[in-house]
Amino acid sequence: MTGYLIRRLLQTIVVTLIVTIITFLLLHLVPGGEVRAILGIRATPLEVRTYSKEWGFDQPLYVQYGKWLWQLMHGNFGFDLKQNAPVSTLIWAALPRTIVLAFIGTGVGLLIGIPLGILQAVRRYSVLDHVVTGIGFLGYGSPTFFVGLLLVQWFAVNLHIFPAFAPSATSIGGILADPVALVLPVATYAFVAFALWSRYMRSSVMDNIVQDYVRTARSKGASERRVLWGHIFRNSLISIVTLLGLQLPVIIGGAIFIEVVFNYPGMGFLFYQAALNTDVQLMLAITVLTTLITILGNLLADIGYAMLDPRVRYT
Amino acid sequence: MAMMPHADPAGPGTLIPEAPSVPATPGQVQAKSRSLFRRGWEVFAENKLALAGLGFVIFILLFCFAGPHIYVTPQVTVQTQNYLCHPSSAHLLGCDDLGYDVVGRLMVGGQNSLKVGLAAAFVACLFGSIYGAVSGFIGGIVDAFMMRIVDAVLSIPFIMVVIILAVLIHPSAGTLILVIAATYWPGPARLVRGETLSLRTREYVSAVKVAGGRNSRAVLRHVMPNAIGTIIVQATFAVADSILILAGLGFLGFGVPPPATDWGSMLSNGLQYVNLNTWWLIYPAGLLIIATAVSFNFIGDALRDAFETRLQRR
Repeated sequence: MTGYLIRRLLQTIVVTLIVTIITFLLLHLVPGGEVRAILGIRATPLEVRTYSKEWGFDQPLYVQYGKWLWQLMHGNFGFDLKQNAPVSTLIWAALPRTIVLAFIGTGVGLLIGIPLGILQAVRRYSVLDHVVTGIGFLGYGSPTFFVGLLLVQWFAVNLHIFPAFAPSATSIGGILADPVALVLPVATYAFVAFALWSRYMRSSVMDNIVQDYVRTARSKGASERRVLWGHIFRNSLISIVTLLGLQLPVIIGGAIFIEVVFNYPGMGFLFYQAALNTDVQLMLAITVLTTLITILGNLLADIGYAMLDPRVRYT
Repeated sequence: MAMMPHADPAGPGTLIPEAPSVPATPGQVQAKSRSLFRRGWEVFAENKLALAGLGFVIFILLFCFAGPHIYVTPQVTVQTQNYLCHPSSAHLLGCDDLGYDVVGRLMVGGQNSLKVGLAAAFVACLFGSIYGAVSGFIGGIVDAFMMRIVDAVLSIPFIMVVIILAVLIHPSAGTLILVIAATYWPGPARLVRGETLSLRTREYVSAVKVAGGRNSRAVLRHVMPNAIGTIIVQATFAVADSILILAGLGFLGFGVPPPATDWGSMLSNGLQYVNLNTWWLIYPAGLLIIATAVSFNFIGDALRDAFETRLQRR
């Protein structure tokens, strides 16, 4: 276990370094450099030079990278010139909101998707299986924003059942105090997530259902219910844990569309505004931070996996 | 996860005399030896959803690329007199805010959506496959490092990178292809690398080395053609994903810039008038995106079954 953990930690450190290099280099893809991106195409060469000198953009790339990384390691994401506030202040205000929404949305998606996936695998090729597969296909064939907009159009504009906007409270308590407003964004999240998880769960259960241990369990006289929940379900859940870790970037990425549709001031919305303002620094900070969260999530998922499944530790 | 039980395959293109197997369609007399392609096609054709998907894809390609020659509408000059006109016999699905006929607009926009979707999937899968095959073939520390890069790219929320790139590089159909491909390649790379790990120890790959062939030959001529099933299936899903990504970019305002358009941009544009109940600006574009993405997913699923069965029946 220790050996596995050390290997996994080393991998994580390497991946984190590569991520920072990639995101840093993204800045330098701009024709004319990031200074042009900040000052705009009308800036004179003199302005570009002055600005570069002032903010250290005239130094060699590796020096800039080193400084940037050093600041990053101290939690300093820089100062956002467009919104006139430290980047970290902007992010820390938005991050909890995104986590709350993504957590609830994914949670609901899992709660619907996993039991449905199991049912599908157990009653394979039944009407239920076909219907859920069909809805699932719609789920991952639909752009997230379109699902959200349809829900707004139907349930908010036409039927007036739910509000069209997500809760706008700044604190987590305030957000949770307005559950009705959370319904549509969570439903959007859950619809997309359910499609994915029911499909994964279906194939995972189908992989497990033919394994020898299932036959053993049956032959020793375990009830069908015990075989399903005590053996197949628990083993199928293991692969779901890893997939959940791998899906983190998609979950966080999907937040952009949902937050924009529902005007929910989380990280995704912040990122969208930064994109509209060509605020490269803020975009990069959000990207790096969400990536670090993803890497951490993957690490936790893998550790969880190793704890659940002894086979992983010894390979 | 259970490994696929498949027999040790012979070289590429070799026909193995087949043991009498269960006919794909009952009652049909089976020829002694048939091409692997035929057998794959039979499995594919059994899947009604996949056939429907294939039919829809062919329809939508004709609709977008041949359609404008039959249903001729002005799509360059603005017709303000037609501002948001309702569907009528003259304009089957009405007009948008610039007076463009929506059916014609769907064709022109679809051309971009499909072109970007198909090309991005192609570029991503080509690069990803070569990357994965090289990484898996070389192995060792190079492989470990190359795969950490894949891990890194996979853990960055790709939609964010796509948006950053779309903001930094002025979007056009061409750059959007590269932008989407630049974030999509790690998926195929990882899958092909896994395939390569099992292929590189096969006799026919070792035989290349013995015969004095270079590594590049072994990878390009022997490893990759044998991983083609995985690659094609992945490419099919990639088309669906790329079309959805492009639609998302269009919604956020980073799609194909005007006067050209794509389905996502059309949708985003139509949403401004949602209070006027202009359903024809939203539902047709939205449904076309969904139907196209779902069709490619159907095809991908059936292709995977076809390739797996092909392997199993060998």
